[in-house]
Amino acid sequence: MDTQEFIDFMKFKFKHNVQRAFLRYRNRVLIDIEKDALLKVATFLYKELNFRFIIATGLDNVKAFEITYHFSNDKTGLLANIRVSIPKKKPEVESLTPLFVAADWIEREIHELLGINFLNHPNMRSLLSGDNWGAGEYPYRKPVSE
Amino acid sequence: MKQKTIIPVGPYHPLQEEPELFKLFCDGEIVTDIEWETGYNHRGIEKINESKTFEQVFFVVERICGICSTSHPFAFANAMEEIAQVKVPDRAKYIRTIIAELERIHSHLLWVGLAGHFIGYNTVFMWAWKYREPILDLFEIITGNRNSYAMFKIGGVRRDIDEKDYSKILKILDGVKPKAEMLMKAVIDDPVIHMRTKGIGILTKQDILDYCAVGPTARASGVDVDIRRDDPYAAYPLVNWKVIVTQEGDVFAKAVVRFLEIFESISIIEQCVEKLRKDPPGQIDVKVKNIPEGNGAGRAEAPRGEVFHYVITDGSNSPVRHKIRAPSYVNVATFKKSCVGQTISDATLALAAVDPCYCCTERMAHVYDSRTRQRVLDGRGLIQLSQQRTQTLKKNLFGKNT
Amino acid sequence: MGIKSYCFKKSLWLYHFAGASCNNCDIEVLDCLTPRYDVERFGMLLIGSVRHADVLLVAGSINKKCKSRLLEVYHQAPKPLVVVAIGACGITGGVFAEGNTFAGPVDKIIPVDVYIPGCPPKPEAILAGIVNFLNKS
Repeated sequence: MDTQEFIDFMKFKFKHNVQRAFLRYRNRVLIDIEKDALLKVATFLYKELNFRFIIATGLDNVKAFEITYHFSNDKTGLLANIRVSIPKKKPEVESLTPLFVAADWIEREIHELLGINFLNHPNMRSLLSGDNWGAGEYPYRKPVSE
Repeated sequence: MKQKTIIPVGPYHPLQEEPELFKLFCDGEIVTDIEWETGYNHRGIEKINESKTFEQVFFVVERICGICSTSHPFAFANAMEEIAQVKVPDRAKYIRTIIAELERIHSHLLWVGLAGHFIGYNTVFMWAWKYREPILDLFEIITGNRNSYAMFKIGGVRRDIDEKDYSKILKILDGVKPKAEMLMKAVIDDPVIHMRTKGIGILTKQDILDYCAVGPTARASGVDVDIRRDDPYAAYPLVNWKVIVTQEGDVFAKAVVRFLEIFESISIIEQCVEKLRKDPPGQIDVKVKNIPEGNGAGRAEAPRGEVFHYVITDGSNSPVRHKIRAPSYVNVATFKKSCVGQTISDATLALAAVDPCYCCTERMAHVYDSRTRQRVLDGRGLIQLSQQRTQTLKKNLFGKNT
Repeated sequence: MGIKSYCFKKSLWLYHFAGASCNNCDIEVLDCLTPRYDVERFGMLLIGSVRHADVLLVAGSINKKCKSRLLEVYHQAPKPLVVVAIGACGITGGVFAEGNTFAGPVDKIIPVDVYIPGCPPKPEAILAGIVNFLNKS
């Protein structure tokens, strides 16, 4: 499946859950999906298409939090970036750890650095700080200018 | 009487965000569970990079890990060139590939030495590190420093390889090849090493897929993943080489993969030097004026697996967000599978097999009694335990203490 | 001859502590042991417990989490003790001094006797640093 086929396929499969899909460069795809569809999309990519989960990037873009999940298809070199937007008022998103263990550490890390809660995560302890720094403050959040 | 023991292994481990304290829960001598705590080496590099210009970021990412100090700039350069849509000149591609492959050779030799040290073969340790020195000399000839090479920039490389250095590179590689062969034979034909490493720390194909592990760890378990081939970059599509895959998934298979990769790397460098020789010295970089708004992902195959950099830019001269994932971030998590059910002396080796940089086991490993919390064994003691076991095996095998 | 120079007259045992380092200095310290540099011929030995050490080698910047560990290690060590800060990060914090977890260079936490600059210092530089100190004391 080449990159354009993959985008069309995702649009067909998840219809209104896919908000926008960009083809970036030769084999990079950026897909904005709804927050609630995350588990469905991730299960499909991991279980059906056998994509490999690389990592997730958490970002505070001032208006909202966004998490980009990076999946790799090692047969074609396709890199699928699945982006969800999370409102600041209620920073919660479904955890992917029950689906694959590889998401465990990065979810704990994002929880610690950005303060996003992952629902159904089996073990939401802090990963990096222990009790030494950063209790209650999130270093990767952008300062609010108002 | 049964006594449950907690063995902390750690806490120092010198990769980016993953220096960790492993707690091995043991029942007698068998490891039953493992738990970890990280953050002893958290330096906030991703945050630091947000206040640096793109040119400066190269020097920071180079210092994420001293052993992979090419792979991180390589992945970052790939990401930035994707955003800026830059075509790198061929000559720069070959130079980049040479540096990356030299790094793979020195890193694999380093691992072989440390693995030898952990099972009590200090001769292997000394040999492997001795044969690693010429590679570091080569780095000094090409880049001016033994580690942290500062070769990369957006759009190319900082320095050219001098024409009179080609023969030096080939000569040193010719010297390394027979030594690596000798070392490989010594390790692969040794019956004691067979007994210590075969069937130890097995990771099945399914484990690798669950943990999304990469690099030699995955390739030793039959998962055929190598970013150099799957998502080609630099000069890898322009030269002939093959991906080494074995099926067993134990420590021995990982050693075999790393040894064979050394020879592949030597072959890649020789081909690149040949290509450089044919072309007259030319352009080694293109000028990149400004970086547009956008996001880009860069991947590179480090000695330990896939390095992944994701950069978000906004048109200014520093990144808005720079996410870095080192290969050990996913590989280290497989300890939960490879250590459980092993004896303590084998657990050290299973930890080392992933190549998480040696320091973790070398320095601050202590065994605590779970009731009295008193230290029973320290790091050296753990290694001694492992070394004693090799001695016993040798005695049983050869009938005398060799 | 003072007590300090008396203590450091013969074979020194080294203990190596890496803070939040990038591993380069650690590898170079280990390089000193291997055949090309071979400090073991001077009776120097890298050991696993600081309780037997004469020299504490500290490499890398110190973050908030490993600061308490460094203090613990320092208090466990027998005195007199030579503390050596290796590399730019050990001396000033290097590129990591701006990090949000940085807890200060080594000499703000424990007294340091020898500074060996470089990123990373070559094995020769590490040897020369310690030898210079011994000749002075």
